[in-house]
Amino acid sequence: MSDLLRFATAGSVDDGKSTLIGRLLYDSKAIFIDQYEAVERVSTQRGDDYVDLALLTDGLRAEREQGITIDVAYRYFATPRRKFIIADTPGHPQYTRNMVTGASTADAALILVDARKGLTEQSRRHSFLATLLGVRHLVVCINKMDLVDFSQEVYDAIVDEFTSFASRLHVGDLEFIPISALAGDNVVTRSARTPWYDGPALLYHLEHLHVASDRNLSDVRFPVQYVIRPQSVKARDYRGYAGTVASGVIRAGDPIMVLPSGFTTTVAGIDTPNGEVPEAYPPMSVVLRLADEIDISRGDMLVRPNNQPTARQDLDLRVCWMDESAPLSAGRTLAIKHTTVWARVKIREVVYKVDVNTLHRDESAQQLELNEIGRVRMRASRPLFMDDYAENRATGAVILVDEATNRTVGAGFLA
Amino acid sequence: MTGYVLSQLRALEAESIHIIREVAAEMQRPCLLFSGGKDSVVMSVLAQKAFAPARIPFPFMHVDTGLNFPEVIAFRDWWMEQLEVQLVVASVPDAIERGLVQEEPNGSRNRIQTPVLLDAAEQHRFDALFGGARRDEEKARAKERVFSFRDDFGQWDPKNQRPELWNLYNGRVFSGESIRVFPLSNWTELDTWAYIEAEDIPLPNLYYAQERDVVKRDGMLYAVNEFVVPKDGEEIRRMRVRYRTMGDANLTAAVESDAETNEAIVAEIAAARLTERGATRGDDRVSEAAMEDRKKEGYF
Repeated sequence: MSDLLRFATAGSVDDGKSTLIGRLLYDSKAIFIDQYEAVERVSTQRGDDYVDLALLTDGLRAEREQGITIDVAYRYFATPRRKFIIADTPGHPQYTRNMVTGASTADAALILVDARKGLTEQSRRHSFLATLLGVRHLVVCINKMDLVDFSQEVYDAIVDEFTSFASRLHVGDLEFIPISALAGDNVVTRSARTPWYDGPALLYHLEHLHVASDRNLSDVRFPVQYVIRPQSVKARDYRGYAGTVASGVIRAGDPIMVLPSGFTTTVAGIDTPNGEVPEAYPPMSVVLRLADEIDISRGDMLVRPNNQPTARQDLDLRVCWMDESAPLSAGRTLAIKHTTVWARVKIREVVYKVDVNTLHRDESAQQLELNEIGRVRMRASRPLFMDDYAENRATGAVILVDEATNRTVGAGFLA
Repeated sequence: MTGYVLSQLRALEAESIHIIREVAAEMQRPCLLFSGGKDSVVMSVLAQKAFAPARIPFPFMHVDTGLNFPEVIAFRDWWMEQLEVQLVVASVPDAIERGLVQEEPNGSRNRIQTPVLLDAAEQHRFDALFGGARRDEEKARAKERVFSFRDDFGQWDPKNQRPELWNLYNGRVFSGESIRVFPLSNWTELDTWAYIEAEDIPLPNLYYAQERDVVKRDGMLYAVNEFVVPKDGEEIRRMRVRYRTMGDANLTAAVESDAETNEAIVAEIAAARLTERGATRGDDRVSEAAMEDRKKEGYF
């Protein structure tokens, strides 16, 4: 059985990110001949010396013209062991919101470090954002090793520097790989030019990265998404509660409590797209049938009676602000979406903002501008059943929406 | 703990069903765009599973260019009966007669179906349209959101998209605006076929290899039918071919293939070295940004 791994990459044009992705796609045969030929044609027209694999990932006309990546692009490749979804994001500070977006669903993040330059502001920023967004696995690719004669000293120095920096972040799993994306060393196959390196090639590492235990299987959280009540003769008595298991393992016969009402009952059965099953776990989409008829609607959350999230109306969240038209400041009212619930929040206070390069906290900050990250206090129009984001990504996260424009203007999480 | 890991196909299925249910729960008048092609059939199966044992709680719409393969129309009508859903047909020939659009000189109705789609969506006041597009199909699509906002002219602004985080989708729109929703965003062509095989999903028989009379035109193989008449100097050959996509019959080419079963097609796709659009769609060959331009105007 092959499973799914989502990983994020971030980087700018010259650090070899596009070349690395191009190589992973090309060597796993995810790039097709007509795509390659189209890129080759454009490269030739522009008078490039080599086929610019960055053109494969830069999908919009403006990006191709300016030679930059401005948005998240999703790329796909598969090996017999795994399917991979790459969220490919730009690396500049002005695209922090795109990096945050890409990291929000990622299991792992690839951090590229140019062996000639060592640890830069950019690699620090990417690592910080990835870990902030709950990415447990950092894979640091020390690239362009061919340009430093595959020097172990250079590699070791960067590993030491990065390890010391990473001790300030919440990294679950940190791995270093010396590579040359251009020449292919240690990307798909182990290189003979790094005899001092005894780890795996990048693709092998990604194929074997153990992410199953990252999922929260202990706290049952089931946000009700949709109530299924057939208006047909053949299933007249059916009533089920559809949703995606946010966390925990739900079994038929389990006691269950409905929030916010507090009513309890038991799970009578679990229906899936492929028939009834004895248990459900994240990220399955299922329909729960309950033993008693109680009033349950979208936005309610089903949990175990002895394991409940805290009902919070005063929220203290990390927020990444994403709106170019106006900053986030005290007094604003916004719409908020948490699991399947829409509510409103009134912003009380910007507590501090973080410099994403130095991790320094600026407590004199009064507002968050576009792409800034900080801690924000707000009051919600109804209690939200949130968990710590570090424990539970699905129930620890919210989006903020401007009701005047309906645009998504912020991402928040409980940390 | 390995017992609590979903296969990648089941993970994609779960994600798609989550998306479909979000739309049904939050939008006022959703509608599923159905072309009869394999992606829209897969999407319709996912919609069926999302609400079972209840019926799918929204109608389907087919933009009928009048240039469809007859097999696709027959399949469409049969499949609608199986699913018990209501079908809205937006007809391009009718729109030409009404003067809403004009036939293009090259005979392609690809571009003029966009105003027809937007007109029908406005008449029925649909505020969410499900499309079967996948991000792996084309590079402009690689950047499109799952919930993709359209203004009241149906236009897509690629540089001004809503950030989309976690699985917290924002479908909020004002009157006249709408969203396009792509539940298959993260599927690849191979995933689609693997799912069709795993679920034994019925498709128009054009997808499976048969002997047909074909002519070679612009490097592609076109089966001779009422829409593709051999031109002078074109040699008719008898070959085993199948279709990888279901576009207009006059512009959709076939590929040489012996694959008669889903299993054989999965094997063929796994070894394929040309994208399905590059291999078979005359309408995408216009320019590097052909798809981006059509999408901005409100294309699927």
